[in-house]
Amino acid sequence: MSLEQAPLPLGPSSWAIDAGPDPLAARQGLIGAPLARRDGPAKVTGEARYASEVRLDGMLYGALAFSTIPRGRIVAMDTSSAERAAGVALVMTHHNAPRLHSTVELGTAERAAAADELPVMQDDRIRWNGQPIAIVLAESQEQADHAASLIDATYQPEPAITRFDQARADARPPALYQGDPLRQTIGDPWTALAESPHTVDAVYTTPRHHHNAIEPHAVTLAWDGDELTVHDCPQAVTHLAWSLAQVFGIRQDQVHISAPYVGGGFGGKMLWQHQILAAAAARLSGRPVRVVLSREGVYRVVGGRTSTEQRVAIGAEDDGTFTSLVHTGVVATSRHNNVPEPFIKPARCLYATRNATFEVKRADLDMLANTFMRAPGEAVGTFALESAVDELADRMGVDPIELRLCNEPAVDPSSGKPFSARHLIEAYRAGAERFGWEARSPRPRARRDGEWLIGLGCATATYPYNRFPGGAARITINRNGDATVEVAAHEMGMGTGTVQSQVAAERLGLPVEKIIFVLGDSSLPGVVLAGGSQQTAAIGGAITAAHRELVGELLKLINCDSPLAGLHPDEVGTIPGGLGRLDDPSRSESYTAILAAAGVDTISAEATAPEGMEQLEWSMHSYGAQFCEVRVSVITGEIRVSRFLGSFDCGRIINARTAASQLRGGIVMGLGLALMEETQVDGRSGRIMNPSLADYHVPAHADVPDIEVMWTDIPDPHTPLGAHGVGEIGITGTAAAVANAVYNAIGVRVRDPPITPDKLLRHSPGR
Amino acid sequence: MVVNGRPVRLPEDPRVSLLDLLREHLGLTGTKKGCAQGACGACTVLVDGARILSCLALAVQYSGRSVLTIEGLAEDGQMGPVQRAFVDHDGFQCGYCTPGQICSAIGMATEIERGAPSHVTADLTGTVEASAAEIRERMSGNLCRCGAHNGIIAAIQAACGAGP
Ligand code: FES
Ligand code: FES
Repeated sequence: MSLEQAPLPLGPSSWAIDAGPDPLAARQGLIGAPLARRDGPAKVTGEARYASEVRLDGMLYGALAFSTIPRGRIVAMDTSSAERAAGVALVMTHHNAPRLHSTVELGTAERAAAADELPVMQDDRIRWNGQPIAIVLAESQEQADHAASLIDATYQPEPAITRFDQARADARPPALYQGDPLRQTIGDPWTALAESPHTVDAVYTTPRHHHNAIEPHAVTLAWDGDELTVHDCPQAVTHLAWSLAQVFGIRQDQVHISAPYVGGGFGGKMLWQHQILAAAAARLSGRPVRVVLSREGVYRVVGGRTSTEQRVAIGAEDDGTFTSLVHTGVVATSRHNNVPEPFIKPARCLYATRNATFEVKRADLDMLANTFMRAPGEAVGTFALESAVDELADRMGVDPIELRLCNEPAVDPSSGKPFSARHLIEAYRAGAERFGWEARSPRPRARRDGEWLIGLGCATATYPYNRFPGGAARITINRNGDATVEVAAHEMGMGTGTVQSQVAAERLGLPVEKIIFVLGDSSLPGVVLAGGSQQTAAIGGAITAAHRELVGELLKLINCDSPLAGLHPDEVGTIPGGLGRLDDPSRSESYTAILAAAGVDTISAEATAPEGMEQLEWSMHSYGAQFCEVRVSVITGEIRVSRFLGSFDCGRIINARTAASQLRGGIVMGLGLALMEETQVDGRSGRIMNPSLADYHVPAHADVPDIEVMWTDIPDPHTPLGAHGVGEIGITGTAAAVANAVYNAIGVRVRDPPITPDKLLRHSPGR
Repeated sequence: MVVNGRPVRLPEDPRVSLLDLLREHLGLTGTKKGCAQGACGACTVLVDGARILSCLALAVQYSGRSVLTIEGLAEDGQMGPVQRAFVDHDGFQCGYCTPGQICSAIGMATEIERGAPSHVTADLTGTVEASAAEIRERMSGNLCRCGAHNGIIAAIQAACGAGP
């Protein structure tokens, strides 16, 4: 913060309709600065300690054995060889597991973190292929792995639904999903569609996906009486503490979760059976336990994004305006949970239309619970919707950007709410110019370089702004003018600690070096899920609230001869190193002077952010325009993404460097969705067939071109810092941009990603 | 075996991989385990200067060899040039693939210096340029799920000039 700037008023005390914009949103200085990650040196030197790297005295290593049938009963289990194997301390099965309380499914209680509410090793029932049936504890990992391989189970199988086409026949509406029935009809979409001069009506499918964080799920834990200390890698430390406490019948404050570093999450690092089994086995054995899932174990125990079958139909007038929009379909779910991939979310906010219908149905399989994965709903929903818009543009012979922009809604088309901030047109115009969109030929197969056909495609990205209840922070300032900010938040690669140090520094008027940001521990304030791209706003709102509280405490401390005496928090603002009167900045006091005069060493304040009322008033989303250039070999069908650009509208960017990496990271995962990612399931047995990084392909260096990202940087006037989270929007629209570019290159429309060479060659008209 | 310049004892259990020797026996947890199947590259270390996947190596095979891990790259507490370049170019997010990427990059640089060709090398007889395409090809065994690929390549390009 520079000296010339006027004092920065406090942030709003609420985010409801009459609240003004956050004064910080308009600040230059640290907000937006491309600071290097503060934890960078720890990560590049190997000093950063992840969950599987904490060593506890007397620790045992765990290994899991998995069921090989999808449904039925365990009728016999021979664990004798495993028990006799060298180094084995415990074999736990449903016969000797301690009795546990049920888990609580994520979304059904404020702090719930489990994917389902199935009993964990409490009975002889098998509910999915790959369910843990035993855990072995041994002195070394090698001994535990070997012993687990000796466990022999005999099953009585029962009929199971393991194919989507079987389950689909009984597809049904889901229970409310985050309060939403996932179905809505506006006007008369079917008549409007039938009467439209231009239509597209197609079915798109997307397969299952897995998060595949490079750090496998790992937990190192120990009991001390009824106190449980857990070194884990979750996206929700407080949720996890509460959830484990429920299972073991203890208080939340008896569970201590420590997770300073998380090696990637993407939605997958919540509460799954391995943590519960590790804690139960530790209790039984009386020793600390480490369980690190093998890569196969991650696929067996941790659910991923489920498959979808989506129909998109659009009707349009000659001038391109949409008369009807249909987005319906069926997603695979398990019998035991309620995460119906909400693929209709983009269609509900992107296009103006008087007639529309949106519906998600679920088809239940006997499989592991599916779960949230980066941009649940939007990642695959934009694939279908934005492919269909491109198909319509192609049929009508109009530019796909112009077709989109002539359907920009004035208000949210499904809720009728005003948009808090929507600058998609600006994002498209800027992106198209930068990318060189005008060089695109609307005709497929028009550009060629030897064996390579070259195509350009674009698609819209969108992801909601979220700020869940529970964001809280504690700020402590000491007599040296150093501030410690504590939040039960998470660093999984987003740069949370760096970004929020910038926010706190600017809020407090301190250099960023004076800020210590502490996160990743359940003993800290707040219930802050690292999900829904909400951390930036949730922590930003929490710091705003705690800062307001802190300023109040500081004003109480000062004595009557202070230039700030008698002032209300809203009459002062932040100046470098302290507070100044808003109406007369020359009258000010530094934090150190206030503390010294009062004779105290530190001052501390904690507060919870006000409820996310802004989300009730406005339709709040981030947007983006994704541009892709591909080269497709007419001989092999090989697809190379040669250029990619994402132009985003996601509020004020707090750190240009880490935000760019977040956006690029999302785009890279979108390239995987487009071109290679697929969790393959054997339809006969419901068993995942490619549970490894050799067989489940994710983008490698050679698959990733230089990705350019840019943003409008227009603050949202209704959010803390004017910011939106940027962790998920990058994956949205990306796969459609690739598919649209592939169509532009070779004239083949692939509606069932991954777009692999065989699918192109099968339909290609030849060389 | 020597690890980061210090002699170490080989494990008694012949099943112990070099990776587990480092992480579980020696407490050198900077080297990461992403798959234990040779598919992700997180466990890359340098053995006598060459990059290998330590999860696919049995520790006992490396008797008498010199192993360098991420912990051995910093000198006097100062980050080495490749490490610094990764910080400068934001060549990571969660940091879990990072030690493997860095060790792999150092091993790769010596392969390029030696003139070892890759799939994308046009001229198999000439010298090899450390172009972005060469680096991408040669680093493809090191997966990054956070999508830090651009930063990683930029960091390696910047550091390659300065040598490992
Ligand atoms: S851990 Fe060795 S390659 Fe993945
Ligand atoms: S930085 Fe997270 S996997 Fe590469």
